Amino acid sequence: MDQRTRLLEAALFAAPRPLALDELSALEPEATDADWLAAVQELREQYDNEGHGVELVEIAGGYQVLTRQVFAEAIERAAFAARPVRLSTAALEVLAIIAYRQPVGRAEVEEIRGVSSAGVLRLLQERGLIEVTGRSEGLGRPLLYSTAPQFLEYLGLGDLSDLPRSDELSIALAPPQAGD
Amino acid sequence: MTAAAGPAVAGAAEGGFVVSLERYSGPLDLLLHLIRREEIDIWDIPIARIADQFLKVIHVLGLDEAAEYLEMAARLLRIKTQMLLPRRGDLESWEDPRHELVRRLLEYQQVREIADWLDGAARHRAGRFGRGYVPLAPDVPPPPLEFTIEELLEAVERVLAMLPDLVTHRVIARPLDVEAATARVLELLGTREAFGWRDLLGPSPTIVDVLSSLVALLELARNGLLRLKQRRPFTPFVIARGPAYETA
Repeated sequence: MDQRTRLLEAALFAAPRPLALDELSALEPEATDADWLAAVQELREQYDNEGHGVELVEIAGGYQVLTRQVFAEAIERAAFAARPVRLSTAALEVLAIIAYRQPVGRAEVEEIRGVSSAGVLRLLQERGLIEVTGRSEGLGRPLLYSTAPQFLEYLGLGDLSDLPRSDELSIALAPPQAGD
Repeated sequence: MTAAAGPAVAGAAEGGFVVSLERYSGPLDLLLHLIRREEIDIWDIPIARIADQFLKVIHVLGLDEAAEYLEMAARLLRIKTQMLLPRRGDLESWEDPRHELVRRLLEYQQVREIADWLDGAARHRAGRFGRGYVPLAPDVPPPPLEFTIEELLEAVERVLAMLPDLVTHRVIARPLDVEAATARVLELLGTREAFGWRDLLGPSPTIVDVLSSLVALLELARNGLLRLKQRRPFTPFVIARGPAYETA
C-alpha cells in the first residue's frame, strides 16, 4: 500500500460516517479524484484479498469501512455493537412508496396502502429516513415527503438508483403454489 | 440468520386459520392474503366468495369496527351487487366492476415487493457495523456553589415575592337551555311570519342565550319548521316559517 492508500484507510477509520470522494481532497489537495479512486480500489482489494474482518463499501454517495456480515452475531452477542431496530411492515410500505414516488403527499400514500399513515410518516421522520421537501399545489397545500440522506445509509445503498427498477419487479401476483 | 426469522412467518399453519391483528397492515394486505390462500386468479376474483371470507375474517379479528376494513367490506359488497346486475345491451361496453380493485391490489402488491426488498437491504446493512465513534461530551465541572442556609431561604423569599397571586379557576357548568329557546322561537313564529335574530335575543343576550337559540334554530330548521334566509353574505339573517310549519 502506498502512502495515500494508508492515509485513506486512516481517514475512513477516523470518520464516523461515509466519506464522499470530494471530501477526500481535503486530506491532500494535490491528489486528483482519479488518485483517490485508485486508492479506494487498492484498499478494497487489500481487504478482500488478504482476508480482513472489515470491508470497504460504497454507501450514501461515500465510502465507509464496515465489519463483515459473518461477524455480526458474535459482535452483537458480546454487546460491542447493536443492530438498529427493524422497521415494521407498515413503515417499510410507506418507505417503499416514498422512495419510488417522491416527492409524495400523505393522501397518495394512504390511497395506495388503504390505511391511514400519519403515525408511520411521523415515525419515519423521527428516525431521519424521510423529510418534508415541499408542499403540493393542491387543496390545502399538503406536505410532500422525500427520502432523507439517512435513508441510503440505513439501507446500505450507494444512491437511489441502487433500488430495484420497476421493470425488475414482478408486478403481477405469482401463480399460487401447491401447499402454500 | 435462522434466529432472525420469527414472528413474520409464524401463524401460517395449514388447516387452521391462525390470525393476529399484527399480521395485516391493512385491508388490501388481508385481501391479498385471502386471494393467495384460496388460490384465486387475481384477474378473475370470485367476488361473492371473497367478500364473504373478508367479512368473516374481520369479524373474527374484531376488525369490523376499523373504518378502513369496513370501507373495503362495503366496496366488496357493492362490486358483488354490480356483478349480479343483468348486463344489458352490447357486452363490449360492459366494464368489469372488479377492474379498479384489481388495479389497486396489483399496485399494493408491488409496494409489498419493494418493502420486502428494503427490509432485506436494511438487514444486510445492519449486519455490518461501522466505526462506533462517538465524540466525548465536554466534561466541564460546574462552578462550586457556596452559600449558607439563610442565603438560600432569602432567595426563596425573593422568588416567592415575585410570583403573582395564584389564579384559581372555578368551572361552572351552564347547560344550554335549548327547550326554552325553542319555545321562544315557536312563540315568535306564531305571531309573526318572519323576524330577525335580534327580535329573538333581545338587546343584551348572554352567551348561553345565544348558543341555546342557535341550537334551537338549527334544530327547527332541520325539521322544516322554519327557514333561515340571508340576502347577502354578512347581512343579518331572517327567520321565517318553514314548509312544515303549517302542517305541524
